[in-house]
Amino acid sequence: MVLVTPALALALTLLTGLLLFGAMGYAPLAVLFHFFIAPLADLYGVAELMVKATPLVLCAVGLAIGFRANVWNIGAEGQLTVGALAGGALAVWFPDGASPLMLPAMLLLGIAGGMAWAAVPAFLKTRFGANEILTSLMLTYVAVLLLSALVHGPWRDPGGYNFPETVLFPPAATLPLLVDGTRLHLGALLAVAAVIAAWFLLARAVFGFEVKVIGLSPAAADYAGMSAARITWLVLLLSGGLAGLAGIVEVTGPIGQIQPTISPGYGFTAIIVAFLGRLHPLGILVAGHILALSYLGGETVQVTLGLPQGIAGVFQGMLLFFLLACDVLLKYRIRFSAPAASPSKPA
Amino acid sequence: MKTTLKILTAALSALLAFTLTLTPAAAQDLKIGFVYVGPIGDHGWTYRHNEGRRAIEQALGGRVETTFVESVSEGQDAERVIRKLATEGNGLIFTTSFGYMNSTIKVARQFPEIKFEHATGYKRAANVSTYIGRFYEGRYVCGRIAGRMSKSGVVGYVASFPIPEVVRGINAFMLGMQSVRPDARIKVVWVNSWYDPGKESDAAKALIDQGADIIAQHTDSPAPLQVAESRGVFAFGQASDNRAFAPKAHLTAIINDWAPYYIDRARAVLDGTWEKSDVWGGLATGMVAMAPYNNDLMPRDVINDARNIEEAIKHRRLHPFAGPITRQDGTLAAAKGETLDDKTLLSMNWYVRGVEGKLPN
Repeated sequence: MVLVTPALALALTLLTGLLLFGAMGYAPLAVLFHFFIAPLADLYGVAELMVKATPLVLCAVGLAIGFRANVWNIGAEGQLTVGALAGGALAVWFPDGASPLMLPAMLLLGIAGGMAWAAVPAFLKTRFGANEILTSLMLTYVAVLLLSALVHGPWRDPGGYNFPETVLFPPAATLPLLVDGTRLHLGALLAVAAVIAAWFLLARAVFGFEVKVIGLSPAAADYAGMSAARITWLVLLLSGGLAGLAGIVEVTGPIGQIQPTISPGYGFTAIIVAFLGRLHPLGILVAGHILALSYLGGETVQVTLGLPQGIAGVFQGMLLFFLLACDVLLKYRIRFSAPAASPSKPA
Repeated sequence: MKTTLKILTAALSALLAFTLTLTPAAAQDLKIGFVYVGPIGDHGWTYRHNEGRRAIEQALGGRVETTFVESVSEGQDAERVIRKLATEGNGLIFTTSFGYMNSTIKVARQFPEIKFEHATGYKRAANVSTYIGRFYEGRYVCGRIAGRMSKSGVVGYVASFPIPEVVRGINAFMLGMQSVRPDARIKVVWVNSWYDPGKESDAAKALIDQGADIIAQHTDSPAPLQVAESRGVFAFGQASDNRAFAPKAHLTAIINDWAPYYIDRARAVLDGTWEKSDVWGGLATGMVAMAPYNNDLMPRDVINDARNIEEAIKHRRLHPFAGPITRQDGTLAAAKGETLDDKTLLSMNWYVRGVEGKLPN
């Protein structure tokens, strides 16, 4: 059942796509081919898929653990940004750094930065009962403005004519490539490692059990002596840390410097990825690549067929729509019944 | 699920054999690709670049074919999109935002036979040219008009990001205004966005409340114009002739016209004469142009004066950044008889005297 809905949703999306493109006057099969298959025609394309999926998977894995515990971290985008800043600071301050410890230190700082940003909603929720949906979301805007202030100000490349970007990171602060001639970097392996670790935590560790119990029945968890506050802290730190890792991986990997734009909304798209992957780490690995493919496909049909840019968004929207609809319709049956004999109007 | 996918893939590929053979092969001499940072319907920056692309198609008709990718993020996506255009056989690729600079250079290194044109950047290579408009020339003309039209002598400036291009515009506007009104003042609000109608209109309202009776903008939406219209003050449009948005406020606008440059470069590739260059096009080359002056709002002599200034800049009798220029902090940027060179203009990060507030950097 868990796999039926996504498969069905995918099939329905493809089918609707066929009809839609046919109606728009394009050769529907050609569009689907260029959207879903052509981007992966060569090694570079496959590598790009993984490069694009990496930040999505990293963010989504952390978010999913929180969602299972009913902790709604909506601010992965902000945690990602602060992670990129915290780790990237090293390369900005030591642009000639060559130490082999530089990159590991940056990655750790990135994780710490994301955690620190997620610690704020954790504190506000456990101490004052503040809603983490609002606090984590609002901190995203703070993070993005912080990024903007730094790249427009003190972190500008001194040789860069005052344009808003930092120096290009030195090789010692750049993730090693896994395949020559592509942009596939070590971060992709880190994402896979995060998936495996998260699966282990959820399926085999006491922590995972606590997360589930708290998510399903806070009262039962309380009765069993589990601390909701402790789990709130842990899942927020975990998701913040993974989002921070995603951020530092982006700037030490494919971007190679800090710019005013680090993420085109990975932290938010990761929410879709988490649900498409059924909040399961392995599912998220697959879902992250499907979403990534929708971006690549969107670019490809623009280049090769001249389709509008909104196509990628249409596919993403249809996918989520069908997923939710299938969920509901598989679990519930629609009953058509005559309206009940007019109920007495409330006075 | 994997097997289902495989079957689906196989079926699709088989069917495609048909569909693809039906598509006529392209017979053009040159394919040209464009990378846009915004949507083509933004009525600002990207819209104007897309007009340039369409102008190429009109001018060179059957010899070229153009494609574009819009709303490309300046993060990791840029490099992939540029490379994609390169592998799809485009012989000339325009990357139209500053944030694409390093990606353009990287991809250009891998495709030495393809020509690249990067707007607003400063890194070049054997197959990478850069180009930018001297929009400050138009800003100077606007400032001059503001000096003649303003009663309070206070201009409200809705600005995007504190990058040199925008700072240069503010300063040029100020110098133009001071040339007829030495006591002129400019108040600036930074909205930290190129396109955010909500923030832009809030900024315009705040500026008018502070006494500005003319609104200038370096953001892409028509919102500041509409605020000016409803509050009964004058304003200048951005990138396109936006008079339709605010007929009772719109005095003129600085138009970005990339068409002549784009057609030139495409023709150069077709003729085999393309060479790396760094072009700053202004009023003289037509890359910058003034929208028709609004003669319902501007007196005859103000319009004539603006036209004279335009001509003077075109024929190099006047340079907006000719000295004496005093910085906000009182130091001298250019003495009388000196003119700021392009390198100083490229990296400008200080206000001239009369601009209020602190430059956020």
